[in-house]
Amino acid sequence: MTTLATARRLTPRRPDRRVLVAGILAVWVLLWVVLRGRDTLVLAPADLTGLHRFLTDAADSIGAARGGNPVFRYVLDPIRVGIDHVVTFLQGVLAQPAFGRPVPAIGWFGVVALAGFSAAVFANLRVALLAVAGLVFLGLQGLWQESMDTLALTLAAVLLALLLGIPLGIWAGLSDRFHRIVTPVLDLMQIMPTFVYLAPLALFFLIGPASATIATLVYAMPPAVRLTAHAIRGVPETTVEATASLGATRRQTLLKVQLPMARRTIVLGINQTMMAALAMVTVAALIDAPGLGKTVIKALETLDVGTAFNAGLAIVVLAIVLDRVTTAASVRAAGARRGPAGAWRRPLVLAGGLVTAGCVWLSATYVWASRFPSDVDLGGTLARSADTATGWAQDHLSGVTTAFKDLVTTLLLNPFQSLLTESPWWLVALVVVALALVVGGVGAAVTSAGCLVLIVGSGLWGDSMTTLAATLVATVLVMALGITVGVWIGRSPRADRLIRPVLDAAQTMPAFVYLVPFLAFFAASRFTAIAAAVVFAAPVAIKIVADGIRAVSPTTVEAATAAGSSTWQVITKVQLPMARRALALATNQGLIYVLAMVVVGGLVGAGALGYDVVAGFSQGQLYGKGLAAGLAIVLLGVLLDRITQAAARRDEPGRR
Amino acid sequence: MRLREMTILALTAVMLAGCGWQKVSDLPAVAGGANDCGTVNLAVNPWVGYEANAAVVGYVAEHDLGCTVVKKDLKEEVSWQGFGTGEVDAVLENWGHDDLRKKYVQGQRTAVELGPTGNIGVIGWWVPPWLVKQHPDITDWRNLDRYARLFRTSESGGKGQLLDGDPAFVTNDGALVKNLRLDYEVVYAGSEAALIQAFRQAESRRTPVIGYFYAPQWFLAELPLAKVTLPPYRPGCDADPEKVACDYPEYTLDKIVSRRFADAGGPAYELIKNFRWTNEDQNLVARYIAQDKLSPEAAARKWVEANRAKVEAWLPEG
Repeated sequence: MTTLATARRLTPRRPDRRVLVAGILAVWVLLWVVLRGRDTLVLAPADLTGLHRFLTDAADSIGAARGGNPVFRYVLDPIRVGIDHVVTFLQGVLAQPAFGRPVPAIGWFGVVALAGFSAAVFANLRVALLAVAGLVFLGLQGLWQESMDTLALTLAAVLLALLLGIPLGIWAGLSDRFHRIVTPVLDLMQIMPTFVYLAPLALFFLIGPASATIATLVYAMPPAVRLTAHAIRGVPETTVEATASLGATRRQTLLKVQLPMARRTIVLGINQTMMAALAMVTVAALIDAPGLGKTVIKALETLDVGTAFNAGLAIVVLAIVLDRVTTAASVRAAGARRGPAGAWRRPLVLAGGLVTAGCVWLSATYVWASRFPSDVDLGGTLARSADTATGWAQDHLSGVTTAFKDLVTTLLLNPFQSLLTESPWWLVALVVVALALVVGGVGAAVTSAGCLVLIVGSGLWGDSMTTLAATLVATVLVMALGITVGVWIGRSPRADRLIRPVLDAAQTMPAFVYLVPFLAFFAASRFTAIAAAVVFAAPVAIKIVADGIRAVSPTTVEAATAAGSSTWQVITKVQLPMARRALALATNQGLIYVLAMVVVGGLVGAGALGYDVVAGFSQGQLYGKGLAAGLAIVLLGVLLDRITQAAARRDEPGRR
Repeated sequence: MRLREMTILALTAVMLAGCGWQKVSDLPAVAGGANDCGTVNLAVNPWVGYEANAAVVGYVAEHDLGCTVVKKDLKEEVSWQGFGTGEVDAVLENWGHDDLRKKYVQGQRTAVELGPTGNIGVIGWWVPPWLVKQHPDITDWRNLDRYARLFRTSESGGKGQLLDGDPAFVTNDGALVKNLRLDYEVVYAGSEAALIQAFRQAESRRTPVIGYFYAPQWFLAELPLAKVTLPPYRPGCDADPEKVACDYPEYTLDKIVSRRFADAGGPAYELIKNFRWTNEDQNLVARYIAQDKLSPEAAARKWVEANRAKVEAWLPEG
């Protein structure tokens, strides 16, 4: 490690990387002019390759073998039954008639009281109030039962994700080898479009809560693993070495130093896991997952934006409540360690517990406390207002938005896309590998070459390049937003309080809700897909950047300010360079979240890989092609991820 | 101290007040299948026409036959898959899907065809009404090239844009455009919502659009699109997907049930076998749901009460 770093420092300075990159791009454009249209490997939407047919047949034969196979009986069925029990139990407690009663075990009054009480105990009174208000709001929206179904499913998925994810994350934080093995698996889980594995999941785990939970789990677990590992790795080596030199065992170092110091980032991981789980609510509804997702999907069938918005808002409210409570709880846990608990605390908690128990009993016994009263129709009002607002926006803004779309498409997207799709495949591959070599190094170049070869093998080169063009444009927009807003809210707690709910809303509001107005603004086009991807991916980038900015030690910032640096200088010379790890992570996550929206893009006119995946989910004979397209999306993700990461590592000054 | 006293007081007040309230235990128990009909698992595919079928069949099964009806919101492929795992008993509106038929009816033998629903499905290229009023001859495919310029967009690369939609249905449009030598580019909108929004906006803003669509569909009641005539369909003219140069066939929409459900017989099976109605019937119920925003149950009740005679004909004898 040290020798390598020294060796790098000793190599003579190569020509400026920026010059090399510009040179490669110039050569590419020149060759494109000469060679355009040759070896572009385009495949028409209905055409298949041998690989696609093979994958379809393979999936079919696995499906046909379901009955007799011992793997199903002894491995998958117990998993399914176990998860089904957990979810059905939670649903019976919160949402569905169960245990021989016409109502769930705990009614709304009890749930609200329980939520308020536990938030007060584990966090603070302010978030307790927020939790109570949020939950009552869900009831007023007329979506109590749906919300509780969603909550039950989300809780089950998140609990499982954390149970598996945090230990894996710790392991990946401590062991470089495991980190190398698990990273591509996480990439696969996070980037592989859910549509690809939704049908097989329903085949393996049947239609029901288990399939929905596992679909959610697959997508929601990676942030927990990644951010835990990132946090453990972020503990300064000197601290770990110092602890070791004091004679601490590895276990002690982990429990007493690394985990406590990593706590804040681990909580960010839990937080992201919850957000990711809630992002899956609508997709899981396609295999009959109960809850708010169904309401959104049904509303979309009739383009009922208002109803979809009402349900989407409920998802957002749930997300914000869960987020604030967990975050405040972690702060509380950190603070409580230092001082002894106040003497007044115990009797108060006891009294609160008694009141809560009373409320729960009431809600189990009396109808008014069990079923949310339905006389207030806040949901209808909200739906109608949303309808009116979108209607107005569509009528008055769509001229401007169409012009904007045409501008970006002709000036940015089209040229870039023709460069990528009309160049011979080998030229694009050479350019990418060369760029990877220059900005990332040998390792990145080798990985890129591997990914490119596999993309060619998938038979979907043309579609992959179209998707790549849109993805890069979207990621550039995401990072522009991520850095500006991230720095802003990282520096100003007030801005953070103001912006954060908007970010949470953008991240958790199901894309299906805003697709219809977006379609009105930008028509069915690649730009609509880009816009949707930016809405979804920017919040993650912003949050991570802000977290990085905040982690820069205040003394450093104060020192820089005292030395006479302007705010601009503090940001560009101190805070951003010191938050470089966070910037790299933000780019990386931004990219992955953009790629997660490729399929949604396929629903609004982006075509290419997204459309292939959707078509594969909908038509049996295209399944193999959909699977290949899903793999191509993953390969694109890995390619972009490795190049950006390697570039970021190289940029870092000093040892690591 | 004061807080605790207040809490106790409040709690006592609440509990005392509670004596006059309706108790959960007084509510009617969970409804179970009252007679031998048992449980029917209906797949509900994600479009309103299907939902109309499921609403009416489900309503009749529940109220006339006393079955417990479980509706599962699923896409087509997953629904058919459910026949084998025993989680789906019936699909109530199937559009062709020869691939699924081959796989599950002939191959795995887990599905059984149960005859047409009476609805006829039409697929093709459609244009908004204002465009036909302005250019009456636009509905003939031979004239489409003359209008290609109208349909240019940011996505179609200088040609006319033919907007294709829902990937759930088979589309020959790529081949059609090529084989009819039309100056058009197929752009894949990718969802029904995208198509409907495109047509809706085209009509309200008087912009040209031509796209793939189908009937029966609730949206046609809101906006009567005009269908473009393509070279007529003859059996076999679409045999080779690469060489298609003719219109889409008419689809006789039909019902598929699981083999298990069919073998067991039973009143719900008889009901689904007998279920048959017209495009107008379905459009009416679909309109109740999509435009009048009735719940599927309410929409079904409204239609069933007005069409008792039709419903009687579906019920099993005895």
